[in-house]
Order: sequence, then C-alpha cells, then structure tokens
Amino acid sequence: MATMLKYEDKDLKVVGTRPIRPDGVDKVTGRARYGADVNLPGQIYGRVVRSPHAHARVLAIRTDKAEALKGVKAVVTRDDFPEMPVEYAAAGELIVNFRDVTRNMMAREKVLYDGHPVAAVAATSEAIARRAARLIEVDYEVLPHVIDPVEAMADDAPLLHEEQMTEGLDPAPEKPSNLAKVVSFAKGDVEQGFAEADLVIEREFNTKPVHQGYIEPQASIASYTEDGQVELYTATQGHFVIRAQCAKLLQMDISKIRVIPTELGGGFGGKNNVYLEPLAIVMSKKSNRPVKMTMSREDVFRSTGPTSGAHTRIKIGCRKDGRITAAEAELDFQAGAFAGSSVPMAAMCTFTRYDLDNVRVRGNDITVNRPKVAAYRAPGAPISIFGVESILDEMSRELGIDPIEIRLKNAARQGTQTYYGPTFGPIGYEETLNRARQHPHLQEKLGPDQGRGIATGFWFNIGKETTTTLNVNEDGSVTVILGTIDVAGGSRAAMAMMVAEELGIDVDKVRPQIGDTQTLGFNFVTAGSRGTFASGIAVTVAARKAIDVMRERAAQMWDVPVDGVVWEDGHARPASSNVGEFEPLSIVEIARKSGMTGGPIAGHAEITAEGAGPGFGTHIVDVEVDRRTGLVKILRYTVIQDTGKAIHPAYVEGQFQGGAVQGIGWALNEEYIYDADGRLQNPGFLDYRVPVASDVPFIGTDIVEVPNPNHPYGVRGIGEVPIIPPIAAISNAIHDAIGIRLREQPMSPPKVLKAIREASNGAG
Amino acid sequence: MRYEAPASLDAATRLLADAGGAARVLAGGTDLLIQMRADLVEPTVLVDVKNIAEMREIAEEGGRFRLGAAVTGMEIMEHEGFNAAWPGIVDGAKLIGSIQIRGGATRGGNLCNASPAADSVPALIAADAIARIIGPDGRRAAPVEDIATAPGRTSLAAGEIVVSFDLPEREPRSGDAYLRFTPRTEMDIAVVGVGVNLALDEAGMCVAARVALGAVAERALLVDEAAAALIGTRVDDAALAALSAAASAACRPIDDKRGTKEFRIEVAGVLAERAARIALERAEQG
Repeated sequence: MATMLKYEDKDLKVVGTRPIRPDGVDKVTGRARYGADVNLPGQIYGRVVRSPHAHARVLAIRTDKAEALKGVKAVVTRDDFPEMPVEYAAAGELIVNFRDVTRNMMAREKVLYDGHPVAAVAATSEAIARRAARLIEVDYEVLPHVIDPVEAMADDAPLLHEEQMTEGLDPAPEKPSNLAKVVSFAKGDVEQGFAEADLVIEREFNTKPVHQGYIEPQASIASYTEDGQVELYTATQGHFVIRAQCAKLLQMDISKIRVIPTELGGGFGGKNNVYLEPLAIVMSKKSNRPVKMTMSREDVFRSTGPTSGAHTRIKIGCRKDGRITAAEAELDFQAGAFAGSSVPMAAMCTFTRYDLDNVRVRGNDITVNRPKVAAYRAPGAPISIFGVESILDEMSRELGIDPIEIRLKNAARQGTQTYYGPTFGPIGYEETLNRARQHPHLQEKLGPDQGRGIATGFWFNIGKETTTTLNVNEDGSVTVILGTIDVAGGSRAAMAMMVAEELGIDVDKVRPQIGDTQTLGFNFVTAGSRGTFASGIAVTVAARKAIDVMRERAAQMWDVPVDGVVWEDGHARPASSNVGEFEPLSIVEIARKSGMTGGPIAGHAEITAEGAGPGFGTHIVDVEVDRRTGLVKILRYTVIQDTGKAIHPAYVEGQFQGGAVQGIGWALNEEYIYDADGRLQNPGFLDYRVPVASDVPFIGTDIVEVPNPNHPYGVRGIGEVPIIPPIAAISNAIHDAIGIRLREQPMSPPKVLKAIREASNGAG
Repeated sequence: MRYEAPASLDAATRLLADAGGAARVLAGGTDLLIQMRADLVEPTVLVDVKNIAEMREIAEEGGRFRLGAAVTGMEIMEHEGFNAAWPGIVDGAKLIGSIQIRGGATRGGNLCNASPAADSVPALIAADAIARIIGPDGRRAAPVEDIATAPGRTSLAAGEIVVSFDLPEREPRSGDAYLRFTPRTEMDIAVVGVGVNLALDEAGMCVAARVALGAVAERALLVDEAAAALIGTRVDDAALAALSAAASAACRPIDDKRGTKEFRIEVAGVLAERAARIALERAEQG
C-alpha cells in the first residue's frame, strides 16, 4: 500500500520554494560535527600500517616490538579477523563480496595495492601510534604487478587471484585470469544493423581512475563494552549498511551494533563501505577503550575506492538522415584489487539515451593492483558514454546534422524498450534537448580558438528500503526521524518541506533529524539518487498516517464518525455541513489534547520504494583552448535536466552545478598517477587536481519537470545525471575550438599540446 | 621537540649552532610543517624567526629596497612602494597558495626550501636580488641564484640563515614580471615559471635584462642567453622569438606527475615571451 502513492498535480505552498536548510546554520558556524569531531572519554588513537608494494605475498608479520611500546593498547593483523566465505551483498550501487571485504580492510595472503592495510595499532596518543606503526615488521615477497586494464587481460599478466575464474563466459574458462566477470547485453541483430548503415564510426577511448574528491577523510570512533555492545560513530552514506557489514565481518548480532552517523563532508559513492570501522571495533574490544581512527588525505587516496580507469571501444552505424541502425560497445573496467567494478551499470547506460533496435554491449570487470573501486556518482556512466557522445558529435559533423537534432532523431521516450529490459514510462529526455535548442547559451558568439560542445546523460535512479518516524509533539510542532543520510545535498530540507506540505503547516515547525540504527528499521544507503525519492515517499506516508490519527482524535472530540472529518490547511474540519457545525481544530489544538484523546500522535513508514523515475540531462559547454600551452578554459556551462519535481529548486541547482564541476575536473585534470613500481605519485589535492572555484564559471542551470508518476510530488532522483555528460561535452567543445578530437581523459595541458603538435606535424 | 622564538639574530644563530644539524628554521611553516607531518623531517629544535625585527621589515633607502626574509606574501602584496618598484616579485607572491597560506609564507622560506618550482625565486633572481646571510662565522652576501643547488639542497652552511634580500636601485623605464604555468588558476604548483626584468633607454631600446626560469631544472636558472636576446632590441616580435627559443634551450627538466619534459621545454619559451611582454608594458609605463 505504502509504495503505491501516485503523483497528484495540486497547488503547492511549500514544495518548490527555497527555505534555508535545517543544517545550514551549524555548517556555516562550524558547529556541525563531522566524523573526526566526535570524541569519547578515555579514547585512544588507531593507525593503519599499509603496504608499500603494489603486489606482494605477506610472508610474516611481527608485532612484538610495537606491542612492547609503552602506551600501545592494541595491535591487530589478519589473525584477528575471521575468514569469510564468498557471500554477496548490495552496498550502494555496487555489489560486495564478504570474502573480499575482509581482505580489503586487512590483507590476508597477499597485499594487492600500494596502501593495502596489513596491520593496525591503537595507542594512548597519536604520536605513540605512529611510532608503534613503524615498529611493525612485515616480510613481503614482492610480485610483479599490473595496473592497466588491457595489460591485465594479457595471457602473461601478473595474476592477482590464483582462484579467479571468469564469470559470465560460455564456455567457462579453464584457467584463472584477471578477468573477473563478463557482462553482456544484446538486442536485435547488430550485424544486420551495421549492414544497413550509411556511415559507421568505430573508435577507442581511454580514461584514468579518478577519485570522488570528498573533502572529509574517513573517520570513525568505536567503543566496545564488556557485555559485547558496540557504539560506532562514523561518517558514512549508509549507517545501516555499515552496521550490517561490521556484524557480518565480526560475526556479531546486528542488534548489538549501534551506528550513529555523523554529519557527512561529502561521499559521492565513496562512503558506502567499511574501511576503518571493523579495525576500530576490534581494537576497542582488545583495549577496552574507545578507539578513534581518522584517515589522512594520503590514506584516502592510497586505500579507498576511487572509480575505474577504463578502455572502451565504441562502434555506431547510422543512415544518412542520422538515424542509428546499430550500436556496439566493449568496455574494459578496472575493478581494483577485487572484482566488482561499475561496469554492469556502465554497460546498461552506454546507449540508453537512444531508442535503438540493434545493440550489443560487453563489459569486462578486471582485477588490477589498485585499491578496490567504489561507486562514484553515476558509477561508470561518464566513462561509457564518453565515446558514444563523441562519435555522435563526429557523425553530426560528417552528415551535416545539428548535434541536438541527431540526438532528438534517436531519443528514447515513453515506451522505448531498453536493451537491458525495462520499457520507459514518462521520461524527459526530449524535453531537455528541446529546452537546449531554445537556450540563449546557443546564441552566444564564439571567438577564435573557442568552441561549443553538447552531450547528454542518463541514470536509472533507485528506491529500496526506507523507514521514517514522524512525531507530532505536544505543542503541535513536528519532529521527523529519517533513516536516509543527508549526504549534504539538502535532503533534510526537502523532507521537512514535503511534511509541511502534507500537514499544512509552516516548514519551520518541522524539524528533520537523522536517526541512528537503533531508532528505525533498516534503510538502504543514500546512493543511486534515492534519498529525496524514497525518503520523500516515506515521509509522505508517515505524514498521512499522522493525519489519519489526528482526524480520529478530532472525530472523538466532536463525537462524529471519522469519515466526517477532513484535513485541510493544517486543520481538522467537518467534511460537510451534514456532519455538524464545528470550529476547525488546528494541529496545535489536537496535539495539546492528545494525552486525553488516546496518547501521543505519530506516523511512520516502513517501505520498499519502487518506481524510481529515470533521469536525463543535456549539457552545453563553451571552451577556449590556448594553442601554445594546451590549457582549456571553461567559458560557459549550462546544465539542463529533468528533475521530475524540484522540491527545493536551489538544492537541485546545487546538484546540477556540483556534478558538472566534478565532471569538469574529471575531463581536464584529474587522474591517479602511478610510478613504475605501482606506487601512487599524487595522493593529495596539490597534485590530484580537482577544480578550484576560479577554474569554473558560474554553472547555468535549467530545471525541466516531467513528473514521475510513482512519487506523490513527482520526484525523480537528480544527483547523478549531472556528472555524466561533462567529459564528452568538453571533448566535443575542444574539437569545435581547434579541430582536434581528444579521446583520452584527462584532457590536461600536456596532452592537449601534444595533440596540437601531432596534428600540425601530420598536416605538414 | 623544542620550540624557540628568539628576538635577535644572535640568539637565533646560537640556537642553531647549539643544536647542530637537528634544528630547523621556522618562518611561515608552509613547507616545514607539511614535511614534519609526512615524517620527512624530525627536528629536535624549531627556531621561529618571525620575532626578529630585521627579518620582518621592508625597508627603503635611497630607492633601494631591503626585503626581510620573513616578510609574508600578504605583507608584500599590501606594500604600495614595493608594488610600484617590483611588480614582478609581487606577481610571484600573489600566486602562492591561498590568502591564508600567503599570510604565513615568506620569501626566505620559499628560497631555502629549495624547490625548483618555488614561485618567488625566479623574479628575485631576475631582479638581481642579493641574499644577506648570517651564520656561525658572521655575515656574508650571495646572489639569490647561488642559494638553491638542487631539490631540498642549498649552498648555506650549517647554522646559516638568510636574513634579507637587497634589491638594486630601480632605474626609470624598467619593469619586471613573473608568470607561471599551472593547470589550475590557483592553489597549484608551477609546472614552469619565468621571471623577466628589463630596462629601456629613452628611445625604447632594451639596455638591461635578466631572465630566470623555474621548474625546468634542478634549481631556478638565470639564463644569460635569454637576456641577451632582448638587450639591444626594442623587444619586438623577432627579439621575443629569440628569447623564447633561448629560454626553451636552457631547460633541462624531468618528466614527472606535474608535466612532461617536452611540455615544460615548449611552455617555458611561451611564458618567457608572455612575461617579457608584461615587463615591457610595465617598463613603458614606469
């Protein structure tokens, strides 16, 4: 019942306005408490010992010298954690395998990347913990390593997992390899489709691994009590999933672990998985003290999941009129040290903006000697669509068709069946393209060495398990306990607004609060752009239940049947004059008397949200290329996206802008740089270059609203689509500016300058 | 670890001498604190020089500036007289870090940290600045280009401190400029840096020039051939092309995470030309 709420078009008082966010004051005054701000009495400090090698067998670990150091209270190694069998679970948009999760948080047989944990210590001061960490001796047998995904698939490549047999191949392989899994999707007859094409273009593209770039490093503090209860404060996108992972890894009951989520300084998919938490819990158990662990920026870069580097091959055929007849892709994705990259989602997103008859996509999930990848905002999609949107740009030039027209000619719309199964309901892709065509941005004149690019993106969006409790307090104000983490996008504000809209009260009367794991039933991670969609349904369900309770109370006070009471504008009113003449009762009046009419008033929801509306966006970018240094400057950027309904338009615009800026950084400068020994050379924000404010113009936004029929306010997820088009859009704009097409990311000055030199040499 | 903040040069040099090699001079701390956190250095004594008056002032006598080695970037940027005389040195100060970093960072620290990419060094070399040094054996002076010798290494003897920089008298119709290349607009580190200082005669002919390159060798380079390309010309397109070629020819960079060899060599020439244009414009206005 709960998930059946449908979209209703109605006049809105709160939804669509721009109130100040409930977490805003704490954040601008510095009062907000992030992971590293939490301290407990008697706490000690943990530190991880990390592998200096990209690939090595761990022969022996000697901890006696560290344990003998005064002030050291606990040391853990692989021997302190149970072996885990192969068992899969969802954690955000990626699937984890507990056999691998336990090996990733603490190496067992081998270290598989530079930065892989091999031991951890906890001591009474950070200085002692540092010294103790240096006293731990590890004997390694260094092995050859491999990082490039294509090299990792070669027959003679160093093998990470001796037992890894490729999944998804028929016939099954006879010997192990670094190819962990193959995913395939097919529709129609691709050979026939290419045969019907007037123009076929096939190209290869390469992208480097990039990091989410959240500002807050991972931080946790755990306290294990004598009776086996755990209190864990941690900065995460999903405290219930962290609790489940810790319970599994440490073989504990879920009920014994209370996870209190802190304010989150960004996650973008990078904070769905455990790193420090199980180490802190076990060291707390060993020391009988709370253990605080905080990563340095270097730790974050060397050991937490970035997204994949990849090699892709894309082939598209179309007729002279621009209609695509066949499309094919092969995607090689780094999984990092353990299987499970975003290649399945990347494969599903590759061509899904278009209504195609003949498609074949193969995705290869490849283990390499880098940290296990994690989700990063629309995991995989920016990588796989780069080549598709680049080739479409090439086709539009070749055929003399406008780049927006060629996309409209092939656009997915309601009723289009995707090549991975589902058929689209109402979607807003064409609307974003039509809006782009009218946009004043396209009228702006371009100067020499300036160019314009267009690209588009699609993301599924998800729903999943969600719970909430809404309490109408005794004065008529409202507290909403939410189970989905506000990953800083402003979802608490959106929830308060939907509750205020439902109850007919001022948004200031609603206080949203994230509950810890002991206050609510299970909530899935805030991932897949689900927060405002799924929790929005939950709070609407909860508010409507509370309204039903208040109608009952009013009926009791008036001594009329409950059907005779309606709820309007924050008041119980008689449904008609037949019910009787009664002055409306406000939420305040009903709440004040609640003790005498049956007790406190609440509504709650425990749902699996279904029917998330797919999101589509179109981006337009203008660049200027300095032909003598290769520097690409972003002159103007516009994001046009279907949001279903913008509950709080300013925060929707913020998501559009933030995603675009992350995409700009990805396109132009971000990359993991490894030396010949597989050691990361740029584990910090000086040499891992995310854009600074002065690198980007004000990002223009245009909100399209095609309501999602499966949400009471029409909401679609919006957080992920904005990062998908930028790499392709910028590459297309560079081509427009200087006539050179870059198919490698990052499009950093040395690479752009080299391409310019090669082009001029080639031209004689 | 002991922290000391002496008020005199004598006290500072004594502290350094007493500690042997285990002491480090702390000026702005923008490099040292990072190195300490990364376990790269573990000093037993930190000698904070920011309480020493002589190191903390910008003094002018008869058109000659003396720039204290522990004057911060923000103090340089806010000094009107210094800005008018040496805008190129100020260019270098402006490009370092953020406002907060510039509030601590000093020229002496930037020089003695001996990074080849130090943003304040090429303009000081181009300006013909002389470093005044104090140490266990008393005072001495040396051209700025002779201080850093390789990444993290200097020609300073144990216990020596750079106290200040003496700048020559500013001639009329002279101008300087510093440009660097970074992929980002700010909060970045030079992939190439170029300082150009030149003077014109009344007819607009270049009569003196100095050109220094950063981040293209093991230390900042004074490139006489590049200066020679300008002297005796009107700094026209032909001269600038010769300057550009000479600057590129002087580079001996490495490939690293910040840029390739070929990129640095090419861009050094481009920036030399662009910096010279700015210096020329400033000289013509001055």
